[in-house]
Amino acid sequence: MADMVFWIIVGITIGSAFMVVQSKSLLYSAYALLFTFVGVTGLYVFLWADFLAVVQVVVYVGGILVLIIFGIMLTNKITSVNISHASMQKSAGAIVVLGFVGVLGYMVFNTPWVELANVEPAQTAESLGHLLMMDYLLPFEAASLLLLGALIGATTLSRKEN
Amino acid sequence: MDSLTNYLLVGAILFSLGLYGVVTRRNGVAVLMGVELILNAANVNFLAFARFGGMNMAGHVYALFVIVLAAAEAAVALAIIINIFNNFNTINVDEVSELRQ
Repeated sequence: MADMVFWIIVGITIGSAFMVVQSKSLLYSAYALLFTFVGVTGLYVFLWADFLAVVQVVVYVGGILVLIIFGIMLTNKITSVNISHASMQKSAGAIVVLGFVGVLGYMVFNTPWVELANVEPAQTAESLGHLLMMDYLLPFEAASLLLLGALIGATTLSRKEN
Repeated sequence: MDSLTNYLLVGAILFSLGLYGVVTRRNGVAVLMGVELILNAANVNFLAFARFGGMNMAGHVYALFVIVLAAAEAAVALAIIINIFNNFNTINVDEVSELRQ
């Protein structure tokens, strides 16, 4: 049962990711990206990352996807009903990317991975919080500074002159 | 399902699709979507190695930082794209090759 759910989630993730890069309409790409993010959230749940699954939904679906749709709306004229976007050099890109995924797949299958035994944790938020406040305090503060800088920078950049 | 290679393969395919989007799309917002796919693929790999490496929580911390960086990157990139649209009236990245207005 769980096996079947896993493969359905993998199918949704990869199928909608393919739609994102293949769809002719920019808005359809954005909607397919929603399903990709939700599928990746399912993968996080299978990887026992409950806290990060929730963060993924809140930040990606609730934040980044809304930003992207705002970007589409702000950079296209309302009158152009069909917000299409063509791709270029598809075949050359496909050849390079297929070669790349072939190399990656060869590497994944031919590396003798050592999988350590482990038990499923009751929840991950507590240990994640301990790590953030103890071992990774400096990167945590740096990330907060970066977010502040990005906030101010984005508003300054996108503001009209005068 | 419970094997590292499955997750690594999903991550590899997701990364490759994102790379394909970045190199073939002309629209700036679509290129940004490709970058998001690449970051998600990296996150799947981080969490897969954390899960099969003895539930090492450091992988979760790195994935969290990747999400933070993705949020900041999306905000700044969209501000730049809107600026480009105001200056050039297009966001096709292959037509925006002049540094002067």
